[in-house]
Amino acid sequence: MTELQQHKHHIKLSEESLQKQTTTINLGPTHPATHGVFQNIMEIDGERVIETVPTVGFIHRAFEKIAERRPFYQITTLTDRLNYCSSPINNMGWHMTMEKLLKIKIPKRVEYLRVIIMELSRIADHLVCNSVIAVDAGALTPFTYVFQTREHIYEIFEEICGSRLTTNIGRVGGFERNFTEASFTKLNAFIKDFPRVMNEFENLLNRNRIFMDRCIGAGPISAERALNYGFTGPNLRATGVDYDVRIAQPYSSYEDFEFSIPVGTVGDVYDRFMVRNGEMWQSLSIIKQALEKIQAIEKEFPEQKNIFYAQEADHFHLPPKQDVYTKMEALIYHFKIIMGEIDAPVGEVYHSVEGGNGELGYYLISDGGRTPYRLHFRRPCFIYYQAYPEMVRNGLLSDAIITLSSLNVIAGELDA
Amino acid sequence: MALSNELLQEQLTNKFGEQLTNWEQQFDLLTFTAPAEKNIEIMHYLYDNETLRFRFLTDLTAVHYPEKAGEELCVVYLLHNLIDNIRLRYKVYMPISQPDVQSVTTVFSSANWQEREAYDFFGVNFIGHPNLTRIMNVDEMDYFPMRKEYPMEDPTRRDKDDEMFGRGGSF
Repeated sequence: MTELQQHKHHIKLSEESLQKQTTTINLGPTHPATHGVFQNIMEIDGERVIETVPTVGFIHRAFEKIAERRPFYQITTLTDRLNYCSSPINNMGWHMTMEKLLKIKIPKRVEYLRVIIMELSRIADHLVCNSVIAVDAGALTPFTYVFQTREHIYEIFEEICGSRLTTNIGRVGGFERNFTEASFTKLNAFIKDFPRVMNEFENLLNRNRIFMDRCIGAGPISAERALNYGFTGPNLRATGVDYDVRIAQPYSSYEDFEFSIPVGTVGDVYDRFMVRNGEMWQSLSIIKQALEKIQAIEKEFPEQKNIFYAQEADHFHLPPKQDVYTKMEALIYHFKIIMGEIDAPVGEVYHSVEGGNGELGYYLISDGGRTPYRLHFRRPCFIYYQAYPEMVRNGLLSDAIITLSSLNVIAGELDA
Repeated sequence: MALSNELLQEQLTNKFGEQLTNWEQQFDLLTFTAPAEKNIEIMHYLYDNETLRFRFLTDLTAVHYPEKAGEELCVVYLLHNLIDNIRLRYKVYMPISQPDVQSVTTVFSSANWQEREAYDFFGVNFIGHPNLTRIMNVDEMDYFPMRKEYPMEDPTRRDKDDEMFGRGGSF
């Protein structure tokens, strides 16, 4: 061995690699095919992956530590940055955790509005994931095509809360302001337009011979292993297990809706792709139902039109700014919330929502202070990404890439 | 017959008796405390028993309670029985001087990284873990940052003092 080869490797090479029987390659941390900051040190034999060691933590931002020093209403912005492809779901999940702790009951209209937002972000999340699978299989067209639709969803978010990607949408107790007429107009336009886009997207890929050949059989996992690895969300459902938090532990009045849970059979890339496609159709149906329910409520009780948060959440819901300047109560609540003078009750609460990638859980321990004593995020990505080495072992390198994108591992959620 | 929290508590008490303490239900979630050395035995029982069937580890994390002498560190397991759709939380407490607990990686593969995370941030020593190394922080780090003795903010900042967050202080 020459002196050059003997230098202190940070990465320990295996004996086969040193003997030039196999190759060690470094995939990532910043590689166009990883769609995020992921490093995998792979041991490959020709095109075949023998072993891979994922490194995580590149964008770790210590959210759990920061949350211990933040008043409850400021934690929403941290949750934005978990799974940033569907941040409204994270925001809502956090608000609902707080509402559970405070035992606040939310008006039906607000819950249905939340359902609309959450399902829209689920569509946005799945659109990114599924179109990126196509990119990794060599088809850029569907990706650029559906991003236009994603843009429409972001315009709706923008209309409702003012921002697009990291939305910070809503407050504890409801929303920061009522939905405008324009947001409903945009929503209706989206509902009208989306089936056409989705049909075209599915037309391009679902029965595309090349795409199917690339996806079927790539990166499979059995239901038993998936459960043992703590899979949730579309990745678990692709293996044939119909676990969905929206059904198992309904929140935000999901029990009022009619929808089905698409499941796969073998848990390969194609199953995950198809499950996500199916879920987008279901989400669209849920949005339609929610709109109908809201219209029914407004028809029966016209005064409900102006309800966008629960009155009993006043102590935690930042009042609208115009009220702060004109109304005494709103000014007092604003002052108390901003100055952090309102204590939360003592308690331990775990609340989970069905995020874009699976069960997104919030484990909050409150000691009666104005910040959490401990807040733990159950990030689905972090838990199921462990299975990646097992899923790509003995497969092709190109399958490993497509498996990574079909798992929809989001760096922000992985590292928290 | 579907499982309920009461049945669950009864069955576990029959099996382990006085060893399980601090039974409580918050927001319909049954919680108990178990001795740290019994951890793996309880986990196996919950997993293998044909009526309990807690075969999904939802969450594993640690908490630091500096003022609880002798049991400063706590590991929290959240299990889910997907068939009966019921959750169960249990905690084990350890002294910070010797934070040893059996790893549950033999039961759940998903515990692997979660235990590494708990080790990384709290210094919990999971005995029997295949690769107990830091996961989020740099390998060279020589302390456990989520412990309460490490304040996050610049200590000279008055606006981030405990008293501003309702914990002690002068107002």
